[in-house]
Amino acid sequence: MHTRTLLLLLLLLLGLIAGLATPAAARAQTPADQLRQYEAAARTEDPAWAGFSAARGERFFQATHGGDWSCATCHQRTPTAAGSHVVTRKPIQPLAPAANPQRFTRPDKTEKWFTRNCNDVLRRPCTAGEKGDVLAYLLALER
Amino acid sequence: MSRMRIVASIGVALASVGPAAAAEPPPPGAPAAAYAEECGSCHLAYPARLLPRASWDAVLDGLARHFGQDASVDAATLPLLRAHLDAGARQPRASDVRPDGSPILRITELPWFRHEHGRFDRDDAWQRPSIGSAANCGACHREADQGKFGEHGIRVPK
Repeated sequence: MHTRTLLLLLLLLLGLIAGLATPAAARAQTPADQLRQYEAAARTEDPAWAGFSAARGERFFQATHGGDWSCATCHQRTPTAAGSHVVTRKPIQPLAPAANPQRFTRPDKTEKWFTRNCNDVLRRPCTAGEKGDVLAYLLALER
Repeated sequence: MSRMRIVASIGVALASVGPAAAAEPPPPGAPAAAYAEECGSCHLAYPARLLPRASWDAVLDGLARHFGQDASVDAATLPLLRAHLDAGARQPRASDVRPDGSPILRITELPWFRHEHGRFDRDDAWQRPSIGSAANCGACHREADQGKFGEHGIRVPK
């Protein structure tokens, strides 16, 4: 077999291995990538959707939604600061990407925490529109 | 894009649409890492030896409503947590179960815990701002994050 063909086959195999070793959901992204994904989902949810709003996201983040807790209860009213779990007191690193560049870089992790925390605060899943508003608010914060 | 990069990209694309990777045994250390990540985000990653297996199993079966909070994990992660906890769980004792035979889920409700911490119940030390909760082991057990709870590492804050 031609050497060049062998090399190409080897590259194909390496690509396959790299693809298998990295599940799509675990690939690193930027917060802006995630915002774009929420944008696509928000359009599907509501054809009249007209864009994310950091101001709406801030109100959502600070509100208790009829229960005991808000997002801010654990993440602080100013989420560039470190927070702590309201029950266990475990420290929580800052949520705003400006203060913590690791935030919103792993879509699977982002979704896991939205699932848990929306159930805790709102007793229902958040919509893509709500998640995007909150992310837009967090991205607008500066250190 | 060079021809070689195109071919490698085709490989990645094929892998991402192909059947899910066959179930392989998790790499060594994966259960402990999953436990630290999933359970250690909201509270101390309590050492497995603090509860018997029946209690841990009941905790894992109820993660969607975990002492009033949603601590659900995905289907791939749950077996890792179970492997870690089952491997380290302590020997069961008769006092680990309620009168109706159901397992006690809270470490803080076990008789040995109550015995060891009785004086803090009496003076309501758990409510001090510096402690906050009996779940906050590290407030007094300064080496709790290393799984150490010995007398020499204890300092109770005012």
